[in-house]
Amino acid sequence: MLCMSLQAGEIPLGERRSGYEFMGRDTRAMQDDDSTNPALFWLMDGETLWKRKDGVAACSSCHETMKGVAARYPKVAGGRAVNLEQQINACRSERQKAAPLAYESRELLALTAYVARQSRGMPIEAGWNERTEAGRALFTRRQGQLNLACTQCHDDNWGKQLSGTTIPQAHPTGYPIYRLEWQDMGSLQRRLRNCMIGVRAEPYPYGSAELVDLELYLMWRARGMKLETPAVRP
Amino acid sequence: MRFLLLILPFLFFGKALGDDAIPASLTGAKGDPQRGRAIVANRQVGLCLLCHSGPFPEERFQGNLAPDLRSAARLTEGELRLRLVDPARANPQTIMPAYYRTEGLTRVAPSLRGKSILTAEQIEDVVAYLVTLK
Ligand code: HEC
Ligand code: HEC
Repeated sequence: MLCMSLQAGEIPLGERRSGYEFMGRDTRAMQDDDSTNPALFWLMDGETLWKRKDGVAACSSCHETMKGVAARYPKVAGGRAVNLEQQINACRSERQKAAPLAYESRELLALTAYVARQSRGMPIEAGWNERTEAGRALFTRRQGQLNLACTQCHDDNWGKQLSGTTIPQAHPTGYPIYRLEWQDMGSLQRRLRNCMIGVRAEPYPYGSAELVDLELYLMWRARGMKLETPAVRP
Repeated sequence: MRFLLLILPFLFFGKALGDDAIPASLTGAKGDPQRGRAIVANRQVGLCLLCHSGPFPEERFQGNLAPDLRSAARLTEGELRLRLVDPARANPQTIMPAYYRTEGLTRVAPSLRGKSILTAEQIEDVVAYLVTLK
């Protein structure tokens, strides 16, 4: 019961830094140059899927630009937070009458990256809302066999070396990302589950309310920072 | 009354004081410092070098979230044992995991529930290694 609530300092707004700034020069260059960013292939697939009729319509039958949209997700409706992947799947099942896409499937990552790419460079617009506190509670709660909270690494010890890795501030600015360690594209939820597995906790399932609440809190924490999707991370 | 005033501080702080060391071996036997060194250096078993640095010239990447392990020299064997078993008893805010405690944890991965990070034998091996740093 000791220290159930940690008084970890939130990072002052002016000291926030994207994971990009903790990367080496080569990895930054890979992200910056569209022709070397491995996410290019997912963006191309995403564009194809966007325009292709699936079920009764294509995404492009209903929508024109998606500029700015990713900067405003997750969204809260009816007391529940919905992230971009879930919104895409909601459109698929309700409007296109097509089967929802599985989490981490190439198709869902491609469509999400294609949509989010259109907000690249735009500031995250996230207000505090009814689910944000739930996300913060998860971020500050110790968990797993190692009994560590996200905040202990990402608010209190960012910039330090965890073995050979510099601990970033955990901003969700670049997702979906191409991660060199994965040799693959991955969603923000994949990343969050990785950190939970790292502290030897039982990760929440993809699409669970807990992971979306965490996403919501991370977006609030990164409010005003620029989106950089699709980012590259080591 | 006088007596109460005298012992009052101990009523409050006695636990903290008493909790600063675990003098007796968890197994009743002495650990093996060689095995202890290997546990400390192993990133899947001891995990110590994720956060700490220490006299391991062969290990390239060492952490800097925590003091160098050579600072253990100022602690007694019993103090070291407590800091492995449950470091929160020495510092409630610590980020160092408890290596021999299974209760009071949240959402532990199912395959690890009820298991401590190290066994009693491994704790004694690590303690035996740490006292060699004096
Ligand atoms: C023991 C330290 C530690 C803890 C605890 C931890 N993380 Fe991380 N996290 C890292 C490190 C180190 C990285 C950098 C990538 C890597 O090497 O795994 C990272 C990366 C991230 C990133 C990616 C940032 C980027 O720039 O793309 C996010 C988001 C994140 N963590 C969120 C979380 C959340 C949420 C929790 C709690 C459920 C958490 N982390 C717990 C160490 C930690
Ligand atoms: C997640 C980080 C982390 C891990 C893993 C970790 N420690 Fe620590 N350790 C700390 C921190 C931080 C301190 C500083 C005191 C405090 O905050 O309680 C500490 C303190 C200590 C101390 C007391 C040092 C002093 O000068 O007071 C010893 C001894 C120690 N650790 C040994 C170990 C050993 C051995 C292991 C592995 C079996 C280990 N630690 C794993 C973070 C860690």
